[in-house]
Amino acid sequence: MSFLTIENLSAFVGPAPILRDVSLTVTAGEVRGLVGESGAGKSMIGKAVLGTLPPAVRVASGRIVLEGEDLLAMRPRDRRRVIGARAALIPQDPLTALNPSRRVGPQITNRLVDILGWTRHDAQVRALELLDEVHIPEPERVMRAYPHELSGGMRQRILIASAFAAEPRLIIADEPTTALDVTVQKQILRLIREMQARHGTALLFVTHDLGVVSKICQSLTVLYGGKVLEDTRVGDFFAGPTHPYSAALLAATPKYTDPDASLTPVPEAVIDGVRAEIEAFDRMHGHV
Amino acid sequence: MTLIRRILLRLLTMAITLFGVAVIVFFVIRVVPGNPIAMMLPPGAGEEDIARLKALYGLDKTIPEQFVIWLSGVLHGDFGTSITTRQPVLGLVLSRLPATIELSVMALVVAVIIGGALALTGTRRRGTRTEGAIDVANGMALSVPDFLWGLVLILLFGVLWPVFHISGRVSPALDLPFSTNFYLFESVLRLRFDIWADLVSHMFMPSLALAIPLAAIIAQLLKQSLKETMNLDYVTLARTKGYGENHVITREALPNAVLPTLTLIGVQFTFLIGGTVIIERLFSYEGLGNMAIDAVINRDLPLIQGIVILFALIFTVVNLVVDLTYAALNPRLRHG
Ligand SMILES: Nc1ncnc2c1ncn2[C@@H]1O[C@H](COP(=O)(O)OP(=O)(O)O)[C@@H](O)[C@H]1O
Ligand SMILES: [Mg+2]
Repeated sequence: MSFLTIENLSAFVGPAPILRDVSLTVTAGEVRGLVGESGAGKSMIGKAVLGTLPPAVRVASGRIVLEGEDLLAMRPRDRRRVIGARAALIPQDPLTALNPSRRVGPQITNRLVDILGWTRHDAQVRALELLDEVHIPEPERVMRAYPHELSGGMRQRILIASAFAAEPRLIIADEPTTALDVTVQKQILRLIREMQARHGTALLFVTHDLGVVSKICQSLTVLYGGKVLEDTRVGDFFAGPTHPYSAALLAATPKYTDPDASLTPVPEAVIDGVRAEIEAFDRMHGHV
Repeated sequence: MTLIRRILLRLLTMAITLFGVAVIVFFVIRVVPGNPIAMMLPPGAGEEDIARLKALYGLDKTIPEQFVIWLSGVLHGDFGTSITTRQPVLGLVLSRLPATIELSVMALVVAVIIGGALALTGTRRRGTRTEGAIDVANGMALSVPDFLWGLVLILLFGVLWPVFHISGRVSPALDLPFSTNFYLFESVLRLRFDIWADLVSHMFMPSLALAIPLAAIIAQLLKQSLKETMNLDYVTLARTKGYGENHVITREALPNAVLPTLTLIGVQFTFLIGGTVIIERLFSYEGLGNMAIDAVINRDLPLIQGIVILFALIFTVVNLVVDLTYAALNPRLRHG
């Protein structure tokens, strides 16, 4: 059974399409990679699910179904509650994702208390447990700290703890390691994987790094220009991708034992091919 | 830097500022034309009378000598004697100070309430016509100075729809059982809400006139900071937790967006206090500002000096309070 199903989602900024008929599913306990270069629309998909699209973005068609509930058809208030209770975000930049004027503790417990109706005490106990799970020493002290007193790696651990706090069925991690030091990246990646496995949470993992995908994902979706080019199992993908762009992406990826190395460019000819494909799609759907 | 050192440093700066103000005022009001003595004497008074009065008020000495005498008096708590009323300056000034403090604080509170409400509403309805209307209203409020708002209010609430008192601080018919001149404050303490209502009715127009420009400034800056803050990642993250727009604006964004506005309010509040001089005159409100204008008209040098020093003291204290509040609210400064 799939926890999250996105069906034929199209979104525009003004007249310009930024998501083109996107479909993807995440099944129970699965880790799905969402891969594409910068600007491909990866974050927009996450935001569409979580209901945090910028005001300029208009969803034109499609459905987003989370555990049988059609999110786009719900009243905003109900939708927020469903998302708050069943889904969570691990954000990209831990330095900006914590409120600088609030202590860490309430930022972990507030969802439990305000949205899910836990008692303050229970939420506190839960937060301490979680901080322990994400290997933060002296959790009591950290709960009382302000974000600026902690390192980027610590803050990302806190955000991970916070994401898992309400035992969500789905977590969306939007390039959760790109803003971190290289040495910290590996630890955080390992931590997310460890937490995901322990809690059995479905994970939509946004990245531009195929090396990371090979390590933690079971399936992946390749995105370019807001259009899904390939949707496959990870094993099949690394055995031989079906789309020329994916093949070029894979060929351009250095050894995925070395996730620090950046992508070398995909050949022009392949890009031109993808662009032509997108133009054909737009013509067919009457977008300019 | 510790809090104590911070305060001590500020107190030192304050003392220097006040001394500078004293020097400038003292010399300027003695250099500009206009003779206080001549204005006191009946027409046809002789040279001798003038000389006698001059000596009485110490005006026969050189200006630096006068300054030294005045300053040593001030350091002993003696601000001299008002030439027109022949009463000690300190007593006169202190008797009027509460009226001005109450008016200014009332205006500040009104400005913060109106400005804050507009900023929050504008943020809540950003991108809609409501926000556009708020921007237009802000622009209008800012392009007209406080005393003109005073005239507009007199036309509206004094002439067209006369529901508020136009002039004075309190109706003369009322018996005031107060032991201080903080009437508004005391009327609440003594539960005399009849007097309180009369005071508020008198303060309504002058305080609103003073508040309108400041409210617009607060609305504009706070709305801008709020809108910028609303795009930050921690606000987005709070939305994904299930929080709605109102919570996100007031609990996540506001505490972070409010700091620049707070600093600005501090600076603008001193301008507002400066504005009381004309507004008090316009509404015949018996405060320090009204007294200041009389003092200038009568060339009452000791009284002018006393009032100016007091205003300068108020300004510097307001700035100090703003600074300390800012430090207390910003955890980065507090722990840094
Ligand atoms: N706030 C915004 N308003 C309008 N367009 C945006 C906004 N943010 C991003 N976009 C556009 O949406 C597209 C997809 O962006 P995004 O999903 O952030 O890409 P990425 O794959 O790097 O996460 C890009 O073309 C970008 O220019
Ligand atoms: Mg992105």
